[in-house]
Amino acid sequence: MTNLVPKGLMMKPDQAVGITGYGAYIPRYRLPATEVARIWKGGSGGTPIKEKAVAGLDEDVITMSIEAARNALARAQINPSEIRAVWVGSESHPYAVKPTSTVVAEAIGATPHTQAADWEFACKAGTEAVQAAIGFVGSGMATYAMAIGMDTAQGRPGDALEYTAGAGGAAFILGAAETALAEIEGSYSYATDTPDFWRRAEEKYPEHGERFTGEPAYFKHITAAAQALLEALSAQPADYRYAVFHQPNTKFPQRVAKSLGFTEDQIKPGLLVPRIGNVYAGSALVGLTAILDIAEPGDRILLVSYGSGAGSDAISLRVSQLLPERRNAAPGTEEYISRRTEIDYATYARYRGKLTV
Amino acid sequence: MITTLPKDQDIYIIGVGMTTAGEHWDLSMKELALQAISAARAEASQASPEALFVANMLAPALSRQTQLGALLADFAGLRGIEAMSVEAAGASGGMALRQAYLALRSGAISSALVVGAEKVTERVSSEVEAAVMSAGDADYESIHGITQTSQAALLMRRYLYEHGLPGDALADFSVCAHANGANNPYAMFRKPISREIYLRAPMVSEPLNMYDAAPLADGAAAVFLMSADALPKTQIYPLVRITGSGAATDSIALHDRPDPLQFSAVALATQRALDQAGLDRNSIDFLELHDRFSIYAALSLEAAGWAEPGQGWRLAAAGAVRATDGLPLCTFGGSKARGDIGGATGVYQAAEATLQLQDRAGGAQVNEPQHALIQCLGGVAATAVTHVLSRPETS
Repeated sequence: MTNLVPKGLMMKPDQAVGITGYGAYIPRYRLPATEVARIWKGGSGGTPIKEKAVAGLDEDVITMSIEAARNALARAQINPSEIRAVWVGSESHPYAVKPTSTVVAEAIGATPHTQAADWEFACKAGTEAVQAAIGFVGSGMATYAMAIGMDTAQGRPGDALEYTAGAGGAAFILGAAETALAEIEGSYSYATDTPDFWRRAEEKYPEHGERFTGEPAYFKHITAAAQALLEALSAQPADYRYAVFHQPNTKFPQRVAKSLGFTEDQIKPGLLVPRIGNVYAGSALVGLTAILDIAEPGDRILLVSYGSGAGSDAISLRVSQLLPERRNAAPGTEEYISRRTEIDYATYARYRGKLTV
Repeated sequence: MITTLPKDQDIYIIGVGMTTAGEHWDLSMKELALQAISAARAEASQASPEALFVANMLAPALSRQTQLGALLADFAGLRGIEAMSVEAAGASGGMALRQAYLALRSGAISSALVVGAEKVTERVSSEVEAAVMSAGDADYESIHGITQTSQAALLMRRYLYEHGLPGDALADFSVCAHANGANNPYAMFRKPISREIYLRAPMVSEPLNMYDAAPLADGAAAVFLMSADALPKTQIYPLVRITGSGAATDSIALHDRPDPLQFSAVALATQRALDQAGLDRNSIDFLELHDRFSIYAALSLEAAGWAEPGQGWRLAAAGAVRATDGLPLCTFGGSKARGDIGGATGVYQAAEATLQLQDRAGGAQVNEPQHALIQCLGGVAATAVTHVLSRPETS
């Protein structure tokens, strides 16, 4: 695969932009993968993760986005009325028509002088919103913009996806680099028409092309996006302290990291999928929050998302001096992961509305 | 075109070509076939064939494509020549080779390309499984939901029961195939496996585990046939002669057979090919059998006369079928490690055996073989097609 991308294709705004605040949210319920195997496979066969996070009866992408947004605000220490865009990327918006983002914007006090919109691009809707927010702030159109990736992912009962389709995500406030916790060094997006996974309108569960979701989809796009950005930045994997990739299961991000030249140590802190599942639009982003919880000033972080259909956003970050003092202003991602109540398949079926009568 | 060529003259393979077996996400069946055809023609001094015989079993069901003869002839730059597809499920490759051979023997034409091609990765596995099972008896078998894998599992269970064998009796067929596949640059799987890996494999349909079943994969292979009178003056590689060709059928449904553990079509096709070649089994230096399931390898060895009923597994267990031993089996990995290319299997086997007989098999080379027996099966051996290929100086 060749990725000879002209340096001009890297995206970098005129005015330097950074992450001013970040916040994660992961619901407390956990469904062990062995429970899915018990119901559907007679307890046999391997499992792609240990367990996945499940939203409670009173939770959806709106409530979870508000939780994450409040955490981001707590770390940003800004007045929410200064936020000029609230964008929520998800494939589990509670309404087909009526924005998630207006409810979130209202709840955090960002209304009414704000943009609000919902984004859709399978598992990269969140980083798509981040990319747009970088442009919004970097162009001077807004002082702050909020981008959220959050999902209560759907997996058809008995399908391979049911082991991993989890709930959670993260919110980011983008602002000027000088006051940011981490600066955006540059970003790059790579997209093609690749039908590996989809959910048609009115359908409850997605369909997928089985192994086609691997090589020509996930691996091709993440590899292309990562290599193009590294090349444009004249950077090497070794220049990064951490890397985080979209995490549909445990194996894929480990394999793509290795093939790109990243080590286990670089990806371990952001590799949350074994303990929370694939949280779709929030997957790479919530991994980034776990990294920001421990990163030191000067550390570089590479994030590469993947959305089916298909595309990848690669974003390079450098941690600023402000991060250590601000990160304790909100609950850490690890706290959410360890706040854990195990449930069985029956409870999961009830919480997620799997039984339709 | 009716020529004046005499009948009954020798038929030679003057060029072979293969693509790697595997998941070719970015290549269509046409493109795969073209690669194999181009490679085979390159070995045949770019000679132009008079006819194209296409071996395929799944394109109508998976690609909604028929008339592969015209499709591939045109795509390969051979518009105008006579072309057709030959379908006999997993035996399509051998059957297409035989039809080309018969056409040349008849004297009607003097050169032909045989290409086998399959493109299976465009569909999800349930659709592929259903398409493959269309080779069974639709009225009495497929309609009940049984698959070829579960049929093979039934045969394997019966085999183990009848002969009082342990569950891992067939393990060495798989271990041997993977050891050979490691030496085949065109193989889908190029890593040897240990017996322990076989034993740990998940069950697919008890007692048949993942390593008892060959993966269905994309790929294409081609062989270029020419009659003796039409041969170019000089050859790039040594000529390989088709010395025997035989085909036979059995009941398509498993339940219609007096003894399901007897692959009677294999027995008939093998004997016909050997009789034509004027050879006995001891003259055969290696076998390319259709090991879609390890139990098929055992039953084929028995039906073809290399082992008594119930003893075929011993040839693998004793190591006798390894590339370095008395009767090398599936020297390029067979369907298990090379990958099963459905209706193209017989053409892959012909290409692989040709490379062996020309001493061009690289790391997979067996020691100076003179005669090869290749055989592919349709369904549960309802069709068997067998060919004997020989080095010309010994034939």
